[in-house]
Amino acid sequence: MTNVRKLAGRGGLYALLGAFAFFGAFPFYWMVIATFKTDHDLFSPLNNPFLFNEPPTLDHLKNLLFETHFHTYLTNTLWVGLAVVVITLVVAVPAAYSLARWARGWGEMLGIGIFLTYLVPPTILFIPLSRFTSSLGLQESLWSLILVYPTFTIPFCTWLLMGFFKTIPKDIEEQAMIDGLSRFGAMWKVVLPLSISGVLTVVVFAFTLSMHEFIYALTFISVSMKKTVSIGVPTELVRGDVFQWGSLMAGALIASLPVAVVYTFFLDRFVAGFTMGAVK
Amino acid sequence: MSGQPVSNLAVDGARGGLLDREGALAKLMIAPAILYIVAMIGVPFVLAVLYSLSDATTGDPSLNFVGLRNFTAALEDPVFRLSLWNTVFFTLASQCIVVLLSRLLATALLKTFRGKWLVRFLIMLPWTAPISLGTIGWLWMLDSIFSPIDWVLRYVGLLGAPDALLGAGTNLYYLGIPGLAISSIILVDVWRILPLATVIQLAGLSSIPKDLLEAAEVDGASPWRRTLMITIPLTLPITSIAFLFGVVFTFTDLVVVYVLTRGGPVHMTQVLSSWTFFKGIEGGDLAQGAAISLFMFPVLAAVAILILRMARRTEVV
Repeated sequence: MTNVRKLAGRGGLYALLGAFAFFGAFPFYWMVIATFKTDHDLFSPLNNPFLFNEPPTLDHLKNLLFETHFHTYLTNTLWVGLAVVVITLVVAVPAAYSLARWARGWGEMLGIGIFLTYLVPPTILFIPLSRFTSSLGLQESLWSLILVYPTFTIPFCTWLLMGFFKTIPKDIEEQAMIDGLSRFGAMWKVVLPLSISGVLTVVVFAFTLSMHEFIYALTFISVSMKKTVSIGVPTELVRGDVFQWGSLMAGALIASLPVAVVYTFFLDRFVAGFTMGAVK
Repeated sequence: MSGQPVSNLAVDGARGGLLDREGALAKLMIAPAILYIVAMIGVPFVLAVLYSLSDATTGDPSLNFVGLRNFTAALEDPVFRLSLWNTVFFTLASQCIVVLLSRLLATALLKTFRGKWLVRFLIMLPWTAPISLGTIGWLWMLDSIFSPIDWVLRYVGLLGAPDALLGAGTNLYYLGIPGLAISSIILVDVWRILPLATVIQLAGLSSIPKDLLEAAEVDGASPWRRTLMITIPLTLPITSIAFLFGVVFTFTDLVVVYVLTRGGPVHMTQVLSSWTFFKGIEGGDLAQGAAISLFMFPVLAAVAILILRMARRTEVV
């Protein structure tokens, strides 16, 4: 009797998880199908859309890789992402360390204050920032994105790193200083190597957040060759009014999957930032 | 770094070098972050307020003070009022659904089962993949002619036959009919935020002390009662945090509306962020755009205060 109930519970669990996995992943499955379907198959409303009614084709992929600027969008994204990662690390690591180690009353408040600036959304800042970047002569330049993206990476990453640094016992540094390292040397040579997983998390987030960003890129950049993946794919793979669905889906898929795989590994740490260390 | 000579001094007991002076070092290391945040978030925010009180346009960006005219003009504009209402409605509707579904999903993910990493990967995709690209997938799924949903409805006979339940037409035109377009936006908002809320809820659920639940079970409390008396009260703060972050991200989001409908059909799905973009950037009316975007601010400020309160409360637990 209990076995039957257990089995039914197991079945229910899998059915539930299956339904959610289907809901989450179906648009991406849909991209896979469209990527490899011939146009004729894709645009025949009577064909079963879930199956290949005609043999699969690589035409859309070829079109995407050789006839569009897709590779340029990827390079632009990579370049902006890496630059933002470097800026974020240079600014956020020392700030987080300072807050974690020397923070008494005011430091805690300051840390929370920095985190709260993460809640000021791009949708309020993009109008003044678009004027600001164009007055610096950075319109249509990737540098405008590199300058502005740290507005969301620095607050969040400082907050995340602050949590990491707090978990490293002070004794280790004190020991290192007794052994002859300076205060700064203790941080640089002892604490930082111990927080490498925290630093890695920040690298992943700064990069993925830059890659996901849409509003600033849409506002600052309109030249095709300067677009990042997140705006290039939705706005450029359209001929006149006609969407090139096959290539469009291929582009969305190729740009989504690698970053999604990496992000998944770090998601728990990311969320630890949202819960503000409330859950231990 | 070149801390070596200074550290030799430290050994000698002469703690005078910059790299050894804690107070100075503390300020020096935090300074770049503060400067950047003030320059790139603080100043632009003040600028947004100034723009909203001026008559600046992209053609003539000089600031001439015009008082609250932009705000009153916005409030008199029916499209703005609809955007305001839509923003609130889309956010509340989607986030209420998200809270319920994420709790259900988190409870299921708490169990051990085979292939968990794959299930987790698939469930998290809407959050981990770039939002504009995921939404493009939805745009194709909700296509006016080639939507697979329509195909299934036709296949099972609910659509496309003279006596079909959903009508004799071959398509439902998800993004072209106001009611369906609104539902589609809410659906994609749910799809987008559900993974984030689930992971936050999961953190909350796994933090409940196991012995507490076991003790209740020994005392004869039914599963239903255990949920009601232990799990829900203990995870209420973290559930609220999941809800509040969902609210922030949905309330300020431009991508879903921009990619799916551009606010159409005839402004029926316009939200504050999209209306800001169309007025302020495409229309070039910086002042109006800034005023519209600032209507988001009171809600965001309220949410920030609530998040702080919730975080403080969880610390006590």
